[in-house]
Amino acid sequence: MLPNWLARPALAGLGLSPGYSFILYLALIFNHNLNFLQFTFENILILFFSLLAVFGALMMVTRKNPITSALYLILNFFCVSAIYLLLRAQFIAIIQVLVYAGAIMVLFLFVIMLLNLHDESKLSEKITYKKLSAILISLLLFSVLAITVYFSYMNKYREIHSSAETIGTIEVIGNELYTTFSFPFELVSFVLLAAIVGAIVLAKKKFD
Amino acid sequence: MGINYFLILALLLFSIGVAGVLLRRNAIIVFMCIELMLNSVNLVFVSFSSYLGNSIGQIFVFFIMTVAAAEAAVGLAIIIALFRNKETINIDEINILKW
Amino acid sequence: MITELIITSTIKITLVIIVILTGVAYSVYAERRISALIQNRIGPNRVGPAGLLQPIADVLKLLLKEDIVPAKATKPIHTLAPMISIFVALCTIAVVPFGDSIHLFSRDIRLQIADVNIGILYILALTSLGVYGITLSGWSSNNKYSLFGGLRSSAQMISYELSMGLSVVGVILMTGSLSLQDIVLHQFGWKWNIILQPIGFITFLVAAFAETNRAPFDLPEAEPELVGGYHTEYSSMKFALFFLAEYANMIVSSTVIVTLFLGGWQFPYLQTFGLPPLVVSLLQVFTFVIKVVAMIVFFIWVRWSIPRFRYDQLMNLGWKVMLPLALANIVITALLIAIFRS
Repeated sequence: MLPNWLARPALAGLGLSPGYSFILYLALIFNHNLNFLQFTFENILILFFSLLAVFGALMMVTRKNPITSALYLILNFFCVSAIYLLLRAQFIAIIQVLVYAGAIMVLFLFVIMLLNLHDESKLSEKITYKKLSAILISLLLFSVLAITVYFSYMNKYREIHSSAETIGTIEVIGNELYTTFSFPFELVSFVLLAAIVGAIVLAKKKFD
Repeated sequence: MGINYFLILALLLFSIGVAGVLLRRNAIIVFMCIELMLNSVNLVFVSFSSYLGNSIGQIFVFFIMTVAAAEAAVGLAIIIALFRNKETINIDEINILKW
Repeated sequence: MITELIITSTIKITLVIIVILTGVAYSVYAERRISALIQNRIGPNRVGPAGLLQPIADVLKLLLKEDIVPAKATKPIHTLAPMISIFVALCTIAVVPFGDSIHLFSRDIRLQIADVNIGILYILALTSLGVYGITLSGWSSNNKYSLFGGLRSSAQMISYELSMGLSVVGVILMTGSLSLQDIVLHQFGWKWNIILQPIGFITFLVAAFAETNRAPFDLPEAEPELVGGYHTEYSSMKFALFFLAEYANMIVSSTVIVTLFLGGWQFPYLQTFGLPPLVVSLLQVFTFVIKVVAMIVFFIWVRWSIPRFRYDQLMNLGWKVMLPLALANIVITALLIAIFRS
């Protein structure tokens, strides 16, 4: 455990951390120009889905039961997909649901059920300095990056580009994918092949 | 609404993912946190793509998703193999490489 | 403009959902009557004329039953699972066109809830979500039969999703669009995709049977081995939701099959008869409904004619027959298109 002189400030830091990050978030968004405060229908939707996404992520990290965690992660993926739609990236939005929610998370659920991890008590521990430092480190990471990003993009890119709507369609992406990016596209298929072979070799018990 | 909003949202999700990786001891949840981090990076790509009017960002997202799927398949296979050998997926107990 | 859109969409959604729910009730009735016919029995004939009020009696019975949740079940997920099932089943209908536009009240109304230009991907995404309802219900019931049913069905649905997705690619190659309305418009005259894409049709049909968990692929609820499968521990309205979802899935996949392969609302050479436009539109909707009903009867007919597959047979069929067939279909279609275009 922690030495006494460190424990109290650390606990205080832990208690303050959600409030701290929330205030930082608000300050960064609402400061300077109040462009954001134009509560158009679209902005309200974006705000709603981003809050829900953050909520899903937080719950995913904090829940004990892995199945509940996985469900909250799926909620998060859905919200991110909705945000993609609001960013006019319709193809990516649907692929997000198809690949992440429809394939990857099903695999996760399948594995959790297969391993039957009901008993989580062994895995949970008390608040140790490791946990505290983990939270502090991630907060630090967030604030450093957020401040940097905020001040570098303060007055740039205020509106979605006018051609964003055509860019998100499957025609444009497919065209680009099969011309400029045809070599990476082929390479990715090898990655998938390797993954299939690797997964079978790892998961199979015995080869005859 | 400027691009700032989406970037900071992505950063927030990323930091939550980092915190999860550092906090949790269940290998599957750690793995899910990594998926969350990949996802937040995708959000950055997509928001830049639609604010700059350039489709390359979305193509990168496509590739990242493919890699994430491959990674999930192999990673989960590793977790199953681990569970079969050691009866645990607590990452603190999987330390036989540590001397 | 936007209010008009909202009003017309609301009306369309309400109508479609009412039609589907009634359709579910009467396809249950049809299933019981047709199975009775096939097995040389009489079937339900007591409630109302020829048993036509039987569905209403069934629904009332299910509503009035006690809702039992097992003591060790994970309650929130146990409640969530049937909702996911019915949500997925009903949402798919949003992109299916049930007619061309119709001219009513001096404006053109499109007979489709949302003309999403990536409609096929939307359908595939929603079918891939259908696994959750069954898997989660199996896990949260805390019952080994349920769990086995859930695990089996997730493996089955993941396997058949692949051949489903791949068998649609042939149709997409023919049409050059992912919008379902475009696909239907492309199938004018005799050019139905079932004629141009027979292998794609067969693989899609088999995959649709597997995805809807209908016989001969109803392994998740195989009675002799698994009691009731994933819904063993469900009762009352939650069970009714699963039941509803199963039949809604059947109806919706029939509409998708009709749209993709059987010409959708197209009646061959209807435009050449010189009928007034309103009659044409109504006839097209009627054609669509007739085709869907025929497809549903086919679903029921198959269920009562073919015995259930064994689990390994199912997996072998999916991975070793259907997947290579669908892949071969893509290659052949692409080759033929390349030859005939140049």
